[in-house]
Amino acid sequence: MSDNLLEMSGVHTHIGAYHILHGVDLAVPRGQLTMLLGRNGAGKTTTLRTIMGLWQASQGVVRFNGTDITRLNTPQIAGLNIAYVPETMGIFSDLTVKENMLLAARQARHAAQMDEARLKWIFGLFPAVEKFWNHPAGKLSGGQKQMLAVSRVIVEPRELLIIDEPSKGLAPAIINNMIDAFAQLKASGVTILLVEQNFNFAKRLGDSVAVMDNGVVVHAGSMQALADNEALQTSLLGLAL
Amino acid sequence: MSLLATRDLTIRFGGHVAVNNVTCAFEPGTLTAIVGPNGAGKTTYFNLISGQLKATSGTVSLDGRDLSGQSPSARTRAGLGRAFQLTNLFPNLSVLENVRLAVQATRDGPHRRGLNLWSIWSDHAALTDRALEILNTVSMADRRDAAVASLPHGDQRKLEVALLMALESKVFMFDEPTAGMNAAEAPVILNLIRQLKNDKTKTILLVEHKMDVVRELADRIIVLHNGTLVADGDPATVIASPVVQEAYLGVAKEAA
Repeated sequence: MSDNLLEMSGVHTHIGAYHILHGVDLAVPRGQLTMLLGRNGAGKTTTLRTIMGLWQASQGVVRFNGTDITRLNTPQIAGLNIAYVPETMGIFSDLTVKENMLLAARQARHAAQMDEARLKWIFGLFPAVEKFWNHPAGKLSGGQKQMLAVSRVIVEPRELLIIDEPSKGLAPAIINNMIDAFAQLKASGVTILLVEQNFNFAKRLGDSVAVMDNGVVVHAGSMQALADNEALQTSLLGLAL
Repeated sequence: MSLLATRDLTIRFGGHVAVNNVTCAFEPGTLTAIVGPNGAGKTTYFNLISGQLKATSGTVSLDGRDLSGQSPSARTRAGLGRAFQLTNLFPNLSVLENVRLAVQATRDGPHRRGLNLWSIWSDHAALTDRALEILNTVSMADRRDAAVASLPHGDQRKLEVALLMALESKVFMFDEPTAGMNAAEAPVILNLIRQLKNDKTKTILLVEHKMDVVRELADRIIVLHNGTLVADGDPATVIASPVVQEAYLGVAKEAA
């Protein structure tokens, strides 16, 4: 088996009449944190949605742990121990914060069955989750909903975390907590794939990086190499100017 | 005279006081950044000013006129312009048509006075001229015929500011204008805000978490914490204050 937990090769995705992904090749190395960067409209979110089966690839293959998952439906893909935070967060507004967490905790049928130590860890990272535990999630602010969305995917250990813009709308202190959290998760063997616009955040966390433009991956390599090469950053990430 | 003012502005959701007695005035020619932890009440404060939420108590006034009982659209006509992150653009119309509609909304032209082909044509030409002038200001005249839905994200944000200009807004409110933009796209909107700042008749309010942006653009920073105004002053002083360092930036915690 290769060292890549997730691999996409030659993936094309159409959304209605639009051809969005034009042959994406992406490797997510096992146990590493991979950053997916690129300007708006480059195809990053579509790539994540295609991995999760929310859009069907029209061509190409998505492999997880060496198995072809291209034609699986979303619940089957999630069932492989993959957790996903979409751009829209997917918070259930009428349910309480606790109920949102409980739904994500597949091993627990009652709040009492959730892993207490893990919850304590989450409360430390994101105090708002504890503070509003019994409040409807719809009452949370934008940034607090983002904290809840990330809390849901880490409520139990998963093999792969896929998060679309984790730092969006978060205050600096919380972004620091989140950087610590991802570092701890990685140390426990979790593989992480993040779409991120905040390059400083990306730089501090990423092991490997892929940059997309116009529906294809135009650069892939180590984050360190990209962070050290300003000319490369400008040519890859300054494209939209 | 200060242009925009809130006095004892408060909203309660059940037992939770989201904005608590905020009294603050915003002068023309000044960009005020509003910072604070997530859930501090920043967006709610914006909602109370623009009228999306009705205050439990307190007032919002513009040029001394109390707007507290007014609808959001009446407040927009009075000069409160709020950027809504794309939801107020017409995606299937062209860039020019979007701006022209906004110009038209501010004019009492012949289009409001019944059918007369000549006046409709001449009026239309005047609206188009004004719309093009605004598009020039935001450097988008070359995209005039593009459908809004086909524009890159940064250009859609720019167009939204163009609409606020067309509406002859006196106050420009931005809630995380660079959210979801990468390092290459953010300058497009930031340059436009910088350009707005040069017009000393405009009052600008900015909610922003990126401290490099705040440092660069803000003339003044106010800090909300648990719905209360806890700090107000020049950027260097406010950023150095313990409440910002600990509660917001988390610096003290890191050092500990």
